[in-house]
Amino acid sequence: MVDIRNSSFMFALGALVAVFVTVQSLVFMAAAWKEGRRIGLAPAIMKKALVGSGVFSIVPSIAILLAVLTLAGALGLPLPWIRLSVVGAITYELPAAETAAQAFGQTIKQAIVDPTIYSAIAWAMSLGSVFAMILIALFARSIQSGIHKTQLKDTVWSGLLITAMFMGLISAFLGSALGGGLVSILALLSSAAVMGGFGLVIKMTGLRQLENFAMPVSMIGGMVVAALFTMARAGGAL
Amino acid sequence: MVLAILVTQGVPLAISLHFGVWPPFSKLLAGLIPTIIVFWPIAVVEVLTYTPMLGSGGTYLGFVTGNLSNLKVPAAITAMQQAGVEPSTKEGEIISTLAVGASSLVTNLVLVLGVLLMSYLLPILNSPALKPAFANLLPSLFGALGVVFISRNWKISVAPLVLMIGLFLAMPKLPVGILIPCGALVSIGVARLLYSRKML
Repeated sequence: MVDIRNSSFMFALGALVAVFVTVQSLVFMAAAWKEGRRIGLAPAIMKKALVGSGVFSIVPSIAILLAVLTLAGALGLPLPWIRLSVVGAITYELPAAETAAQAFGQTIKQAIVDPTIYSAIAWAMSLGSVFAMILIALFARSIQSGIHKTQLKDTVWSGLLITAMFMGLISAFLGSALGGGLVSILALLSSAAVMGGFGLVIKMTGLRQLENFAMPVSMIGGMVVAALFTMARAGGAL
Repeated sequence: MVLAILVTQGVPLAISLHFGVWPPFSKLLAGLIPTIIVFWPIAVVEVLTYTPMLGSGGTYLGFVTGNLSNLKVPAAITAMQQAGVEPSTKEGEIISTLAVGASSLVTNLVLVLGVLLMSYLLPILNSPALKPAFANLLPSLFGALGVVFISRNWKISVAPLVLMIGLFLAMPKLPVGILIPCGALVSIGVARLLYSRKML
C-alpha cells in the first residue's frame, strides 16, 4: 500500500494552504491599515498593534507546532500542518480524527497507512469544522449589527454550555483511556500531573506566558512516559 | 468566506481526486456525527461570542486560520487594550484585524519552518521506539485537558466522568464515537440542572 501521508503531493497542498493563509492575512491587513489611515488612526498605534501581536504569537505558535508533531505519527506531517493552519485547534482536530478513524475500525494511536481511511479522516476534519465558516458567511453582518447579541444574553449559561460540551467529550475519551490498559492510564496520569504542575507554578509565580506551553508539554510528557515505560517493560534500550 | 470554505474543503477533495480514494459515505457520516454533535453547537456559541469582539476582518481571519481561543482572541484583545480602543468600534475593528493578521502570519511562518525542519526528522518520528508515544496521544491530551476543565468547574464534571469511567471499566472496547454525544448530553443536563438551582 502506498503511504500517501508524507508524499510530495501532500507537502505541496500544505504549501498552497500556507500561501493562501499568507495572502489572506496580508490582504486584510492592508485593507485595515488603509482604513485606519482614512479614519485618522495613528500609524504608530497600528504598527504597535501589529508588531505586538506578532511577538505575542511566537510562543503559542511553537505550541501549535508541537501539536502538529503529536499528530504526525498517525497522519504524517502535511495533514496536521494544514489542519492546524486553518480553522480548528488540537482540541478539535484530535477527537475529530479519532472518531473518523474508529468508524473504519482503526485508531490514530497507530499510523494510518490505508489511503481510504486517511482520506476519510481528512474529510471528517474538514467537514466538521466548516460550520463556523458557514455561519459567518450567512450571519456575520446581522450578528455585528447587534441583533443576535440579545440572543446570547445569558453569557454565563453559554460559557457553561461550552464547558459542559467539552466535559462530555473529555469524559468519553478519559473513560476510553482508563479502559485502554496500564500504559494508557500512565500516560493520562502523567500528562494530568504535568498540567497540574504547570497550574501550580503559574499560580505561584504569576508567569502567564507558561500557559502557552502547558498543553503541548503536558501532552508530550504523557507520551514520553508511555514510550519510556514500554521500553523499560520490554527490557530494551534505545 | 466562500473562498475560504472552498480552500479548506478543497484539501480533502484534492486528496480524493489525486489518490483516487473516496471513503464510503455511510462510514464517513458515522465518523463525523460525534464531531458534529459536540462541535457544531460550540461553533454557534463561538461565532456569536467572538464576532462582536473581533469585528468583520478579525472574525474572518480568525475563524479561517483557527486557534481562536488559544491565540487569535487573546492576541486581538491584548492589542485592543494596548491601543486603548474598544471592540465593536471602527478603531477596534482595525486593530483587531491587524492583530489577528499578524498573529496568523507568525503562526504560518513558525509552522512552515517547523515542518521543514521536522521533515528531516521523519525517520525518527516513524521509529519503533516512539510508537508507544504516538499510540498514547489521546490519553496524554485528555489527561491534560481533563485537569483544565475539571478545575474550571468540577461540579459539571462529576456526573459524566463517573458515568464514562464506569462504562469503560465494564466494557473497555466501547467505541468513543457513540459515547461522546452521551457524555455531552449528560454534562449539559447536569449543568442545566445545577444552573437552574443556582448551584453553579
